[in-house]
Amino acid sequence: MATQILLKNIDVPGLAGFQVYRNLGGYTAVEKALKTLTPDEVTDEVKKSGLKGRGGAGFPTGMKWGFIDKQSGKDRYLVCNYDESEPGTFKDRHIGTLNPHQLIEGMILGSYALGAKTAYIYIRGELFYVLNIIEKAIQEAYNNGYLGQNILGSGYSLDLYCHPGAGAYICGEETALLESLEGKRGNPRIKPPFPAIVGLYGCPTVVNNVETIATLPWIINNGSDAYAAIGVGNSKGTKLISACGHINKPGIYEIELGLPVEEFIFSDEYCGGIRDGNKLKAVVAGGSSVPILPAELILKTAAGQPRLMSYESLSEGGFQTGTMLGSGGFIVMDHTTCIVKNLLTFARFYRHESCGQCSPCREGTSWMEKILTRIENGQGTTKDIDLLVDISKHVEGNTICPLGDAAAWPVASAIRHFREEFEEHIKLQKCPF
Amino acid sequence: MPLLKVTIDNIEVEVEAGTTIMNAARKIGGSVVPPAMCYYSKLEGSGGKCRTCLVKVAQGSAKDPRPMPKLVASCRTLVQDGMVVQNITSPEAMESRQAITEFLLLNHPLDCPVCDQAGECHLQDLSYVHGLQETRTVEERRTFKPIDIGDKIKLNMNRCILCYRCVMVGDQITEKRVHGVLGRGDHAEISTHIQRAVDNDFSGNMIDVCPVGALTDNTFRFKSRVWFTKPFDAHRECKKCSGKVVLWMKGEELLRVTGRKDKYGELEEFICNDCRFDHKETGDWVIEGPRTIERHSVISQNHYLTNPGDAVRIVK
Repeated sequence: MATQILLKNIDVPGLAGFQVYRNLGGYTAVEKALKTLTPDEVTDEVKKSGLKGRGGAGFPTGMKWGFIDKQSGKDRYLVCNYDESEPGTFKDRHIGTLNPHQLIEGMILGSYALGAKTAYIYIRGELFYVLNIIEKAIQEAYNNGYLGQNILGSGYSLDLYCHPGAGAYICGEETALLESLEGKRGNPRIKPPFPAIVGLYGCPTVVNNVETIATLPWIINNGSDAYAAIGVGNSKGTKLISACGHINKPGIYEIELGLPVEEFIFSDEYCGGIRDGNKLKAVVAGGSSVPILPAELILKTAAGQPRLMSYESLSEGGFQTGTMLGSGGFIVMDHTTCIVKNLLTFARFYRHESCGQCSPCREGTSWMEKILTRIENGQGTTKDIDLLVDISKHVEGNTICPLGDAAAWPVASAIRHFREEFEEHIKLQKCPF
Repeated sequence: MPLLKVTIDNIEVEVEAGTTIMNAARKIGGSVVPPAMCYYSKLEGSGGKCRTCLVKVAQGSAKDPRPMPKLVASCRTLVQDGMVVQNITSPEAMESRQAITEFLLLNHPLDCPVCDQAGECHLQDLSYVHGLQETRTVEERRTFKPIDIGDKIKLNMNRCILCYRCVMVGDQITEKRVHGVLGRGDHAEISTHIQRAVDNDFSGNMIDVCPVGALTDNTFRFKSRVWFTKPFDAHRECKKCSGKVVLWMKGEELLRVTGRKDKYGELEEFICNDCRFDHKETGDWVIEGPRTIERHSVISQNHYLTNPGDAVRIVK
């Protein structure tokens, strides 16, 4: 059985309540850190653990913390990015619903390391019921002295707030999140300056994903060496994968990074194979924005090596033959799936969610969606495929924030690997599925 | 403070620390200046949105000579000592500018023949230099009905490129902004907040900062093509603003009053609505003399041929 950091006690009834969590060893990491470690020692532990940001980009967490401006003397903030809204990704919802105290404990540890006196959990608007659970848990943590003034007599004080968004995917982009948290329209900011220097209310800020933060208590309790011992290469620790699509057992799995993709899809411990004994056609491995890969490339790399669930292995081959681990939204498609229709669904999402601030994303996402609608409905022309590639190329990299890239990659990759399916739509003047 | 050396399209210029690539290029002037559809030097926080000014940074600085991985918005990227920038000498930047122009025109009605902005429209200029010869889209364009936002300002949302300049005028020049961007993505639009009208002493500047024909002057609407009017510098005593304006005359008739714009189309000073809308008699003004306007696009069609340095059109 693989090591469980986030889902170990997830089935224990009442885990969302303070006492049950405490009885299972909860808040011991806060006690250990506040009583025996300095903030810099906590940061060092996280650096040594090799933990990477779990929101999608995979940036080393300790390094991110290291960038925060401690010289200016301004207040510092830790913000938890709970705006999980990537199609295919539904892992963070699980943590907040069933194990909110682990997230709160992580927030205390992170805030302590950064020297933040105030921290925020920015939660997606649609997850209103989770907001209620987390707010109740925050209140319990206050009542038991883990939040508020002078926590455990250590002299360290922290206020934690949970703030709901209004339901925009773009607010998951960290600077748009900060704008939204400040009460403004959620438009991404132009970087630099980065949030580590100018973040929330103009102060140095770190924004971390829910899963990243919820991992911190385990690292402090068990040590960075124990965490770094899990995983493969530079992909340390465990990762939540939300598996969905045409598999026998969709759900949220905690895997040790380095698990072979083939084992993840076909073993009974995880996805349990493809539904109805169908043939695997394609996988979107890390949430809707990462490049789609056909069966042969997701199971084995172009070099013929088994593909592993790790940052390095999934991105091996670049975007030509590889993809990304992303946020862990694992979407499996069997041979009955129309790639064009699936792509249209993604394109429609990105069109709807583009903030409209910069022109390539605003116009490009809607143009791509319109062309894909035509192709799927049998009104495409042969020029359309190259036009789509051209548009995606000019959206990618030219936008203010990564939403443009996220909209362009699925289009480029679907055409790269499944061009004949687009051609068939155009030839038949209808969807062949 | 020592000056920073930056090279733009093989031309070296020295600028103060904190200068953007755009402003360093403007210091050189001429064809190396990237076009700006959203950046406006007088409006704080403007720029970065339209992406027409993307340039290639071939060398980050003398200390760290690595190139920047992506094209950068020249209006928002600060120069470093020893930076090497390629604007018109970078095929990559030119290709992306052509693509951005196509994006900006995608939902644009191309109604220049009936648009008051024609002749002083930045989008028209941009498409003149960087536009494709033919349109590649067959999709229906998004359309809105023109509306009055305030009694003097007509909003034609079809032409808007969402540069946010008028929003910043609302924030920075007027007392209280009552309009803004509603909605997201390609369905975003400029509009007033529910049942409000833009009505304040400086709202007219929204018309002047608008790079396209989205916000036009109701008192001038359909009166004349701008190239049939002659500009004169003029001033009057005004308690609210500097009173320094440009009068646009057709024969004896004063058709329009605007602020004075520099060669980048930016206002030298913001003017009040009294001067702009309510003093349409020549007797109201002390006329200083004819104003030289750097005329471009449809006003003088051969402009690009007489100045080969500007001939940076990509023919595809």
